[in-house]
This record gives sequence, C-alpha cells and structure tokens, in this order.
Amino acid sequence: MSADPTQVLAFETDCHIFDGCGFPAPGLHSFLFEPLWGDADSNVYFNKTMLLALLGSIVIVGFFWAAFRKPQVVPGKLQMVAEAGYDFIRRGVVYETIGKKEGEKYVPLIVSLFFFIWMMNLWSIIPVAQFPVTAIIAYPAVLALIVYVLWVSLTFKRHGFVGFFKNVTGYDKSLGAVLPLAMLIEFFSNLLVRPFTHAVRLFANMFAGHTLLLLFTIASWYLLNGIGIAYAGVSFIMTVVMTAFELFIQALQAYVFVLLTCTYIQGALAEHH
Amino acid sequence: MSQLLIVAAEEMENPLVPPVPELVIGLIAFVIVFGFLAWKLLPNINKVLEQRREAIEGGIEKAEAAQTEAQSVLEQYKAQLAEARHEAARLRQEAQEQGATLITEMRAEGQRQREEIVAAGHAQIEADRKAAASALRQDVGKLATELAGKLVGESLEDHARQSRVIDRFLDELEEKAEAGR
Repeated sequence: MSADPTQVLAFETDCHIFDGCGFPAPGLHSFLFEPLWGDADSNVYFNKTMLLALLGSIVIVGFFWAAFRKPQVVPGKLQMVAEAGYDFIRRGVVYETIGKKEGEKYVPLIVSLFFFIWMMNLWSIIPVAQFPVTAIIAYPAVLALIVYVLWVSLTFKRHGFVGFFKNVTGYDKSLGAVLPLAMLIEFFSNLLVRPFTHAVRLFANMFAGHTLLLLFTIASWYLLNGIGIAYAGVSFIMTVVMTAFELFIQALQAYVFVLLTCTYIQGALAEHH
Repeated sequence: MSQLLIVAAEEMENPLVPPVPELVIGLIAFVIVFGFLAWKLLPNINKVLEQRREAIEGGIEKAEAAQTEAQSVLEQYKAQLAEARHEAARLRQEAQEQGATLITEMRAEGQRQREEIVAAGHAQIEADRKAAASALRQDVGKLATELAGKLVGESLEDHARQSRVIDRFLDELEEKAEAGR
C-alpha cells in the first residue's frame, strides 16, 4: 500500500482478502485527481476530469460536425442517428414542455445540454477514462448556473420586477391566510434551493453510480484469493450488471436535467399562476 | 491504513464545493459544444429538415394535382363516351325511321304502280273486248244475213231492218249471258 491513499487504485496493489490487508474501500479520495499539469494549491492546474470534459466536447462537436456539416435531404446513416437524437430532444422535450412557438429559441441550448451531460456521464463506463465528469460538482454546477441565470433573466424580462416576485413566490390570493408562509416557502424553493438541487441531482447520481462501480470492481479484485474467488465472481457479475444500469442512469439523468430546465423556462414564460 | 484514510479524508475538501478551475473548464467545454451546435450545425440541419418537409409536402401536392387531373380526364372521357353512345343511338333511330318511311314510300309506290298496271290491263282488255265484240257482231250479222239469204234464197236488202233484227238478237244473247252469270 502506497503512502498516499488518494493515489492508489485497488488493482495497483497486491492487496487481497486473507492477506492480512483491509478492504481498500472507495471514498471521497476516489474523486480526487492529482493535477496532470500545474499545482493544485495555486488553482492553476489541469487534471483528468478537465481533460475528459474538453475531450467530451470535442467528441460531441466532432460527431455533430460529421453528421450535420453537410446534411442531405435524404440522410445517410450517421445523419439519421444524429437526427433521431436531435429530434428526440426537440420534439420530445422542448416542444412537449415549452411548446413549439416559444420553445424553438431554446432548442439549441437544450440539445447542447443533453448531449453534453450525456457525454460527460458516459465517460464513466468508457474504458481508460472510466470517470463520470459530472461526479465533480463543478460541472453540474456550472450548467445549473447557466440555466438559473437564464431562468431569472427570462422571468424578469417577461413579468417585470413585481411580476418576477409574484412568479417566484407563487403569489395566489386564494390562499388567504397561508399566503405569506406559502410565498416564503416558494421563494426559498424556487430561488435558492432549486438551482442547488438541479445540480446536485445530477452530481449525486453520477457520484453514487461511480462509487458503486468502484466498489464492485475493487471487491472483484480484492476477493480474488482462496475461497474468496467464488465471491469475486459474484462481485464481477455485479460490476457488469451495474455498468449496464449506469448506462441507463447516465442517459436518464441527462434527460431529467434538460426536462427540468425546460419546465423552469416554461415557468418563466408562463403567466404567473 | 484506515488511519491514513481518515487523515486523507479530513484533508479533502467538501465534495459539494466546486473548485474554481473546474468551473471554468466546465464552462469552456459546454460553450464549445453550445457554440458549434447553435452557430452552425443545428441551423444546418433545420434547413435540411425544412427542405425535406417541403419536398414531402410538394410530392403530396403533386400527387394530388395528378390525381385531380386524372379524375377530370376520366370524367371528360366518360362524358365523351356517353355522348358518343347517345349519338349512335340517335343515328340508329334515325336510320330506322328513314328505313321505315322508305319502305312505306316504296310500298305505296309499288301499290300505285301495280294499280296503274292493273288499270291499264283492264282498259286494254276492255278495249280489246269491245273491238272483238263489235267485230264479232259485224261478222255474226254478216254471216247470219248471208246464211239467212242463202236459206231464203234472196238477198235481204233492207239493211235497216236487217241490222235491227240482228241487234235485237244479239241483245237477247247478251241478256241471257248476263242472267246466266
């Protein structure tokens, strides 16, 4: 076992069960990376997640560049696949929630958000990378922040200052005596809690998913000794199952994120209820 | 080892506090994607999707136009056919009528001609009969006179009387013939 537990992956050690060495459980340290370049203390550095984030952007842009650079009226295979994805978000998410007329403007943002998040999530199960970029809070946070800024400015633009306040607090006269309390709760919920939950929902899902994968992967290796081999088999099967499950969760979380984004935008555009 | 882990975890930052450099990189990465998609790639595909929609709708419109044309042509054709049938029936009717009048005319003509011929024949026969009757009467008269003369031995000169006798005889003959009929 190396001196610094943050930098040791389970299979880099010869630590097995019955060898008198404890289980190297995954933890917060599994989500920290030594900078590939620069110094972590100086805030000027470059690490694996940053590399994956930028690489992911290039992959998405490359994919859509290849598919949509010279689109044909009669599409080829690649264009058809990309069109299916594009159409799914445009029709299935944006038009469904915001409507065709108002939503058209936000289609590029929502499509970009979906494919960006999906790609960042996908890194989790892509060999060698094997780390979901969105399991670092900074990435979901920046996306949630963009949505939050858009939502606030849209609400202001649409309803003015008083209207914004009414919209955010869910002002409704029919509530009567409960109105102040309802307004207070709504204010906190919409303006303060919502951007946080929006980011954390994605972050925590990916964080947990990665931890699960790590747990079973490390266990498969750790149990590979004596009678433990039988359990290692079970653990390995779980690794495969969880990988498939993660594949589903990754797409689902990207979908949930953009769906929420759309409902927020829709709420900003709607007449205050 | 567990000691080490605990120490390491304590040193670690809160996972919910985003490090600034990663925020920046995250923003850059997303802006790259959004920029390319919003600037060029999605407008590109939207244009093509619109073209495709127009092409499909245009195709449908063309098909509809062709169908309407075919329908009108069919109706025209049907109308023409009905007209032709009507015309043919009319012609047939006319021909029948014409034929019928022709036949009646010809029949009338034939009748007339037959009657003419018959009448002419009757007249001829009558004339012949009259000529024959008068010739016969003269001959009979002469023969009878001669015979009587020879019997009497003298010539019967009194013509007036003679002819009256003969005439009377002949008239009696005729009357007998009339009665015997």
